[in-house]
Amino acid sequence: MTAIQSGLLDQAIIDDRRARIVPKLQAILSSDQLKVTQEDLAPFETDGLAPYRRMPMVVALPTDKAQVIAIMKACQSEDIPVVTRGAGTGLSGGAMPHEGGVLLSMTKMNAIQNIDPDARIITVQPGIRNAAVTQAVAPYGLYYAPDPSSQIACSIGGNIAENSGGVHCLKYGLTVHNVLQATVITIDGGELTLGGESLDAPGLDLMAALIGSEGMLGVVVEAKLKLLPIPQVTKVVSAAFDDLGTAGRAVGDIIAAGIIPAGLEMMDKLSLQAAENFLNAGYPTWAEALLLCEVDGTAEEVQEHIEDVTQVLKTAGAVEVKVARDDAERELFWKGRKSAFPAVGQISPDYYCMDGTIPRGELPEVLQKISDMQDKYGLQCANVFHAGDGNLHPLIMFDGNDPVQAEKAQQYGSEILTTCVEHGGTITGEHGVGVEKINEMCVQFPGEELTQFHALKRAFDAKELMNPGKAIPTLNRCAEFGHMHVHHGEMPHPELERF
Amino acid sequence: MQTSIVQKYANTPQGQQADAILRKCVHCGFCTATCPTYQLLGDELDSPRGRIYLIKQMLEGAEVTEKTRNHLDRCLTCRSCETTCPSGVEYGKLVDIGRDLVEKEVPRGFVERLTRQALISVLPNRPVFNALLKLGQTFKPVVPGALGKKIPPKRAKTPWPAPRHTRRMLVLDACAQPGATPNVNASAARVLDRLGISLVTAPEAGCCGAVAYHLNDQAGGLDAMRANIDAWWPEIEKGCEAIVITASGCGVMVKEYGHLLAGDAAYAKKARRIAELCKDMTEVFAAESLEQLNLSAQEQKVAFHAPCTLQHGQKIVGVAERYLREAGFELTMVADSHLCCGSAGTYSITQPELSQSLLKNKVEALEAGRPDVIATANIGCHLHIETGAQTPVKHWIELIDDVCGA
Repeated sequence: MTAIQSGLLDQAIIDDRRARIVPKLQAILSSDQLKVTQEDLAPFETDGLAPYRRMPMVVALPTDKAQVIAIMKACQSEDIPVVTRGAGTGLSGGAMPHEGGVLLSMTKMNAIQNIDPDARIITVQPGIRNAAVTQAVAPYGLYYAPDPSSQIACSIGGNIAENSGGVHCLKYGLTVHNVLQATVITIDGGELTLGGESLDAPGLDLMAALIGSEGMLGVVVEAKLKLLPIPQVTKVVSAAFDDLGTAGRAVGDIIAAGIIPAGLEMMDKLSLQAAENFLNAGYPTWAEALLLCEVDGTAEEVQEHIEDVTQVLKTAGAVEVKVARDDAERELFWKGRKSAFPAVGQISPDYYCMDGTIPRGELPEVLQKISDMQDKYGLQCANVFHAGDGNLHPLIMFDGNDPVQAEKAQQYGSEILTTCVEHGGTITGEHGVGVEKINEMCVQFPGEELTQFHALKRAFDAKELMNPGKAIPTLNRCAEFGHMHVHHGEMPHPELERF
Repeated sequence: MQTSIVQKYANTPQGQQADAILRKCVHCGFCTATCPTYQLLGDELDSPRGRIYLIKQMLEGAEVTEKTRNHLDRCLTCRSCETTCPSGVEYGKLVDIGRDLVEKEVPRGFVERLTRQALISVLPNRPVFNALLKLGQTFKPVVPGALGKKIPPKRAKTPWPAPRHTRRMLVLDACAQPGATPNVNASAARVLDRLGISLVTAPEAGCCGAVAYHLNDQAGGLDAMRANIDAWWPEIEKGCEAIVITASGCGVMVKEYGHLLAGDAAYAKKARRIAELCKDMTEVFAAESLEQLNLSAQEQKVAFHAPCTLQHGQKIVGVAERYLREAGFELTMVADSHLCCGSAGTYSITQPELSQSLLKNKVEALEAGRPDVIATANIGCHLHIETGAQTPVKHWIELIDDVCGA
């Protein structure tokens, strides 16, 4: 799990491609918008999943739609792959560059084009930070609901590519539920406007296909986002448990009580300690698990739900239950939760952040299995995750300078994802497949689905130049991976050669 | 983050320190969100994470050119990224190391060296700076354009109470401040006098060392630090309680004396003691009872600019604002208060374009709430904001001094 060096294009091919594309890009972009030397390229070789690295051939930083169109046309005519990169905070290597391709960094296109407070719609360029959207509309009493933990830095374009969720997606949905319209440039330079300002749009719902397509269909150059009014009252309950499984069961109890919290999150002992070191938020570091449950709405509604939640948590076995005393403390609780991943950087030089989902009822058993795997692989694993929607984020800690540990971390991660699927879950909740989970896609989709995914991709991008090798494995790759499940004695795709 | 430092650096103290810092970074990218230059330029290489990577490459033996040097030069060293970083990456220390190494790998051209040397010679040199300042103020009406704007207005000196208390504190009264804003320390002296503390200066003390150190004349910076230690020591031996700093840019440097001189056997112990005694004006207030000041401000709206060296460097957040509120001032909302104003030591001179963009944004944010006065806590920000704002700028201790009751 170090820089990817096998299966790469020959240097001669890369040099030839670079020689062909650079003059064309120079005609489109100024010198500070184009990176071509090793020194400038290396900082782009990885995103938020640092163990996966690959040197891009060229980096282009367009400033407007016309430049994006011109770059796409140039790449299409020269048969050169394009990998689109947002803020580079992704956790599945979705924006890992292609050694023979152009990395399209969208960070210079970060403007707000329009705010319509009456219609509750904001029009933005893709490079804007998620948190900057909410900051910009706060004076109108509005906010943008999807709030991935990296929201301070991650971009709306990247959120669309990965269908990002966040703490509040339990109640308010993922990115797919909060984007109204997107303007997309396809590899041939064509411009598509998908979706619309009304709730339903005629024709095929290609927006739903675009969101979460990990940069394989086109490049988003503009998006209209749905804004929500800031709830009148928001409160958060924090419940400390002395047992991880008990906390897992409490999650199911809350939902079963008919309450849909605005957010329902769990942190285990290790992640609590890391977050506490960073923030001094007053987390109970003695606890084996902490549940944070947020409730929003009108004052009466919130009051009633807070009482109900508190009762449910106590009955479920929480040792200590408290309500954040004010908004400042509530924000501090969430800041710690949202910073917990990188805060683990204080305890471990590297970590490998997983992202799988399971049905809520399976939480206690799966958490126990993940915990037991620590001994098997000799590595520690912290858990901090969206408990309400069963979206796990185990953080496997390792030292990247030790190749044995790095390899074990990857095996550990793979076993966690396989376990999720075995328990009726999926291999990604919100981080996308990228390059990291591409093999596990074979476990997730043993049937005809992959064939249809490829067909849809080719309808947009016949030459398969957009973010090649990510998100959807080829059938050959699955055959090699050996994870094709034998179902009722029939091997899927018997026509493929097995290795 | 995985590293593989080349032999050349692996066994040096700088290389080892840099490696330890790099290993803490997990490449999450949170730091990019609060980096002023990344906000303006949108280029990974002008973000903390990009610069960390550039430094990592250099330490891993990759070829470096003036491009790496330029991206490191563009960093304001505001350390906003450190406040944001959940992994505890000490970016400020890393970039100092990176700048030193890249300058050796890629030496600067003659003109650039000359400019930087001139800044190192003039700014920290009180007589030369004051002479130039007086000259500039005299001819300000006829000095054209940007340069004319940079010359701060003349300010009359106000009285400094004679030392009469047994409680004494030293104040750093060096380089630009006594000439450009002489009332700041005089105000501090008057307020502390009311609190029963005499504020005294050590005439031999000079620049804190920051100007030279951050222009990568690290040896020159360390010499300035040693000179200050020598200048302050007799007063400290006499029982002086603290070294008060009214410019947070100097404060953050003096607090680092212990760390920076740790390898100097003759000065290490004294440097540590100095660093412990160093207090920002807000920290002096924290230990005193302010009721005796009878503060009573009337309907004055203040926009507070928190200097990076105060909020990110010294991690003092919201404290001066609290004292102003307690004194009766109304504080206006200031958007993006975590971002740098573009002053950043000598940055306004070495990187004028970026500095002016940041200044424009900062002044807009500060003046949005229509304040009567802008308050801050650092000489650099003070003079820089003054060049772009319509609203008068003062040090917050001057405002407190103005409203002390009988």
